[in-house]
Amino acid sequence: METTLLRIENLSKTFGTVKANDNISLEVNRGEVVALLGENGAGKSTLVKSVFGLVKPDSGTITIKGELIEAGDTAAAIKHGIGMVHQHFQLVPVMSVAENIILGDEPHNGAFISYAQARESVKELSDKFGLEIDPDAIVEDLPVGLQQRVEILKALRKNVDLLILDEPTAVLTPQEIDELLDVIHNLSNQGVGIIFITHKLREVLAVADRIVVLRNGKSVGTTTPQESNESQLAQMMIGREVIFRLDKKEAQPGSVVLDIADLYVKDDRKLMAVNGLSLALHAGEILGVAGVEGNGQRELVEALTGMRPTVKGTFTILGHEATGSSPHAIHNLGVSHVPEDREKDGLIATLSIEENLVLNQYRNQPFAHGWVRNIEAVTTYAQKMIEKFDVRTPSGKNPINSLSGGNKQKVVIAREMSQNSKIIIASQPTRGIDIGSIEFIHNQLLAARDSGVGVLLVSAELDEILSIADRIAVMYGGKIVAILGAENVDRTQIGRLMAGAAQ
Amino acid sequence: MQKIMMKIRFKSWQFALFLLSLALWIYCYVADSGITNSVVASGMRFGMPLALAAMVGIMCERSGVINIGIEGTMLLSGFTGFYVASYSNNIIFGLIIAILTGMLTSLVHALMTVMWKMDQIIAGTIINILASGLTSFLYKEGSTVPNSWPIFDIPILSRIPLIGAALFSQQGPIQYFGLILIPAIWIMMNKTRWGLRTRSVGENPGAADTAGISVIRIRMTNVIIGGAIGGLVGGFICLELVGSFSKDFTAGAGFTALALMIFGRWNPLGAFAAAILFGLAQALATQLQIFGVDNVPNQFITMLPYVFTILVLAFSAGKVRPPAAAGKSYEKEQS
Repeated sequence: METTLLRIENLSKTFGTVKANDNISLEVNRGEVVALLGENGAGKSTLVKSVFGLVKPDSGTITIKGELIEAGDTAAAIKHGIGMVHQHFQLVPVMSVAENIILGDEPHNGAFISYAQARESVKELSDKFGLEIDPDAIVEDLPVGLQQRVEILKALRKNVDLLILDEPTAVLTPQEIDELLDVIHNLSNQGVGIIFITHKLREVLAVADRIVVLRNGKSVGTTTPQESNESQLAQMMIGREVIFRLDKKEAQPGSVVLDIADLYVKDDRKLMAVNGLSLALHAGEILGVAGVEGNGQRELVEALTGMRPTVKGTFTILGHEATGSSPHAIHNLGVSHVPEDREKDGLIATLSIEENLVLNQYRNQPFAHGWVRNIEAVTTYAQKMIEKFDVRTPSGKNPINSLSGGNKQKVVIAREMSQNSKIIIASQPTRGIDIGSIEFIHNQLLAARDSGVGVLLVSAELDEILSIADRIAVMYGGKIVAILGAENVDRTQIGRLMAGAAQ
Repeated sequence: MQKIMMKIRFKSWQFALFLLSLALWIYCYVADSGITNSVVASGMRFGMPLALAAMVGIMCERSGVINIGIEGTMLLSGFTGFYVASYSNNIIFGLIIAILTGMLTSLVHALMTVMWKMDQIIAGTIINILASGLTSFLYKEGSTVPNSWPIFDIPILSRIPLIGAALFSQQGPIQYFGLILIPAIWIMMNKTRWGLRTRSVGENPGAADTAGISVIRIRMTNVIIGGAIGGLVGGFICLELVGSFSKDFTAGAGFTALALMIFGRWNPLGAFAAAILFGLAQALATQLQIFGVDNVPNQFITMLPYVFTILVLAFSAGKVRPPAAAGKSYEKEQS
């Protein structure tokens, strides 16, 4: 029997202008656990979705057990023994465990489903792989860990040789994670090849036979748990060489403008994402929040801008208690927000560039007199901003969607920087944009700092934080685990802190 | 655990209502079997078209397609069914055409919503407006159908005391067909592979898709089968119940059917019970008119079934939970 189970050769996939996968090659052997490690957006999901036929790659080949499989065909992938447990469970919550597992290939007598046989086959599978479950339980009544078990059983029922687990631990509690890692061991001992996607280093070291690190769509290295450690992996994941150094003046920090005390915030899954976080931002400084994504950064920013309710704790803005205030009220206190997802939260896709530029002040003089808008004033103002912020467009009347990502981001920055704010909360402000725009935006943030604005910069790019932040707060598990001065940091130390190592 | 408890309580509540109605029925039957039988029988006659129309909604929505075009589907198929029957002098042919019209109308709906991922409410509205306009424009007075469907008793069953005379005697063929079709839909929905797949597509199309089920095919099929039932009802109203085509004869029946579907929790038997309840209220109202309740204006009595339905809908306990994916077009995730 051939030992190579899966061979991916030179696979590339582009979405719009983003290279999600750039010439990736990968092999998985029977009974081997391969961990795909990388930041969000590094291309891990795209890669495995290509293998499972959910995404059609632009070029490259996928071979399983020596046979070439057709691109973009899920049914073919299933037929060749590939199973996938999705990051977002693909379960029908109102149905029973057995119904979910048999869906698509139901044991039957004529047209009727044989529930006895269904139960029997679920029982058989649970016994074979040691995955205890009640076939008659309704899926939505089960805890997340057991729901995932249903997903795994679903995949195993199709006699998989290769099981893909897409961020399987993202939703689990620590105990459930331990159980899952046992299950993975168990499966690989039975000869199932496993691709395990995660950005959590500890799990990778605990369970993988081989580790492949992806960054910006490229495979940047292969290693084994024996040959590497957490900080090394963290650097491989995040580190790119510093491309440019900015001239920056000495910071002149003033009084505290944003004071966060013991804040707790839940994420969409109702799990605690920000876990008793305290932090103070001063006027005239850039405070960088570094951390591996998914450690509560998004929830923190959303809470601070009023987009997400807090559970416990407080934060004050310029001395005003702002916990639980609306985004509008927080904005009026002098907070600008450059959101992480500019398409979703930063811009209105159907409006023009001009209108997007005045979203935060369209109702004020001179853009409106009472009820009546003054379009001319908007146009004049927009023209000025377009020049000042170097937005590359023939006209401000063009739809915002005619712009590239970098120019869209400049529109957001232009809008948020133009209102004499005291605080700028910038989340991933340079994600997915070109180097020129990155540099421009960094200079804008520095200029704001020099004029006495407090800047909270949340970024997954360690280099970005290292190049412009004055202080660095490392976030892990919903808490700030360390605050370092920007002068004398060493990357290895930050990498270790980001991976959750004690200081 | 709490959810399970709620389910059980809801079921026992339903059961209690069922027992209460049964007791009332038996009491009335003992008191005056003649009038009771005629009220129940006419309740069935009023309720069955609505029950069948509600089946159209169930077929569509359980697979995730909201169909508010039931009204238009019935109107169009009633129209074609009636005129084809009238010109060809053949009511069977008319009914077949009505069913085909229903399927064709639903095919249009399915193409718009499932294939082209148009907003489902807008698609339904288009069908309704189109049907109303087209049938009013092409309407011609003075046509008649050659004959009506035979009315007959079901042997043996019609002699069962209590239910025999009310359900199995002196009804038309489509009444009896409904009594078979509705339980059949329930069984298919809950016990067969098709049913499991339909429900999974209506609840979480992503899950169905990754299990290798074609979401589009299931939805197209269900909407078109629903259309066939809608065509049957349209034809049935024009050819049997009323015996003629009149402008906008559906008069909101399609929407009433949707309300009954919700009241019946997207369950064929539940919707059937709701429709019969509505029919009974209507039959009672008619009965009241016959007995000549003089001091109450007529309008109030004809209002009764609707008031009754609103009250029952408003007070029916428990949270209504539609199929989770109803109204949403399905697109494969691409990122």
